[in-house]
Amino acid sequence: MTETIRLLLCILIIPNVVLGMAAGLILLERRLLAVWQERLGPNRVGPFGLLQPLADAIKLLTKEDWIPPFADRPVFVIAPAIVMATGILTCAILPIAPGVGIVDDLNIGLLFFLAMSSLGAYSVLLAGWSSNNKYSLIGGLRSAAQMLSYEVFMGLSLMGVVILTGTFSLREIVEAQRDGWFFIPQFLGMVIFMLAGLAETHRMPFDLPEAEAELVAGFHTEYSSMKFGVFFIGEYAGVVVVSALMTTLFFGGWLGPWLPPIVWFMLKTLTFICLFILMRATLPRPRYDQLMALGWKVMLPLSLLNVVVTGAIKLATTGDGG
Amino acid sequence: MGDEDSKATAMISILHSLWRVLRHTFDRRVTVQYPEERRVMAPRTRGRIVLTLDPDGGERCVGCYLCAAACPVDCIALQATEDETGRRSAEWFRINFSRCIFCGYCEEACPTYAIQLTPDIELGEYHRPNLVYEKEHLLISGPGKYPGYNYYHVAGLSIGGKDKGEAAAERPPVDVRTLLP
Repeated sequence: MTETIRLLLCILIIPNVVLGMAAGLILLERRLLAVWQERLGPNRVGPFGLLQPLADAIKLLTKEDWIPPFADRPVFVIAPAIVMATGILTCAILPIAPGVGIVDDLNIGLLFFLAMSSLGAYSVLLAGWSSNNKYSLIGGLRSAAQMLSYEVFMGLSLMGVVILTGTFSLREIVEAQRDGWFFIPQFLGMVIFMLAGLAETHRMPFDLPEAEAELVAGFHTEYSSMKFGVFFIGEYAGVVVVSALMTTLFFGGWLGPWLPPIVWFMLKTLTFICLFILMRATLPRPRYDQLMALGWKVMLPLSLLNVVVTGAIKLATTGDGG
Repeated sequence: MGDEDSKATAMISILHSLWRVLRHTFDRRVTVQYPEERRVMAPRTRGRIVLTLDPDGGERCVGCYLCAAACPVDCIALQATEDETGRRSAEWFRINFSRCIFCGYCEEACPTYAIQLTPDIELGEYHRPNLVYEKEHLLISGPGKYPGYNYYHVAGLSIGGKDKGEAAAERPPVDVRTLLP
């Protein structure tokens, strides 16, 4: 019975916390970007501007919900729902702390995450396609190519961790880091995963699907009102999820001294979110062919190398490959 | 291996940039939180336009229309009039601040320093017609940026009982016959 209540609470709270964080991230990002540009950022709505996301949400909800007459209606409506759904579904596998998580000991948790992030690519693609607009289509096209190529080595970069632990379960991966976080033996894997995560969530500097300078707003050019808001929240939910996975896979998840596990998890996740924002504040957007070249010519060989070397060391030390 | 070198340099430069941006966390903010804090505007800021008085309290404007002619957006309108002593002034004077571009050409054109731009830039209104300023809104009670200046004291005009050359900064006209050989 208590187990059921625990699960119900987790189901209720975790997705809401992730969505709340995603909304709060809009404020956090604007404030942090301002900090790094020597500005103040939004600080008028509520104390320190904390109610800004609420004001944004009210504004978005009162805007006209416009579906262009030339758009492919059902697909146009479904596209934002997909990004939201995959974002929330990924929360299910996050092992936040011992006893906190929905299905966090899912034995294929890592694969589930990869599957969901691949499905998330559909959202962008369908949005670009159904909008029936040149800019949206180019945005969708770019995102399809970008996600396909970054998906490949995102999966490969995680295989190093899988080889070390011999499991796809995120909870067991965290438990395996009691003797040392994986970012030391898997440094290459961590860097590659982070870059792939940036590309997956199409964040700066890999935000070519929505490059404002070239494509108006890319795949969501035609979206207005809360549909646009859902894309936004979905993107930020992606950032939260990727940061949480960075924490889980390479930085020991909830493990840490003194503080309660859930605080450690939140702190580490927040650090990576801030790092993501710092990258956005710093780096210019690469050209499209440079992005592709980086993916296929640098990242893919490096992640393959990582898998091979990790596997070889594992074989040499244990003699049976786990 | 030049390509590899440049890749390594790029990587280091990216990390360096990240560090440089992060260091901005501790820099001073440049934002001025406007309604609470205000910047000190430079004295020659081109803001709200005023009509000034000369030190003796008379209106400086002589209704010459040069400001209206200089105005690139035609936002100045006036009607000149003349009193019984021959002294000219503006019967009415109107500036439409919803058109004004604050270029300052009127101030440059004015021969009597009557029209001047001030550092007041807070001209917000809820109703557009409120941006049309009449003469009574434009006139200020002082001489503005040119404290001691009175056009009629230097112009050499005979006006209002004062003959040519009787003002402080004037000399009487030269009697040309005294210059004969």
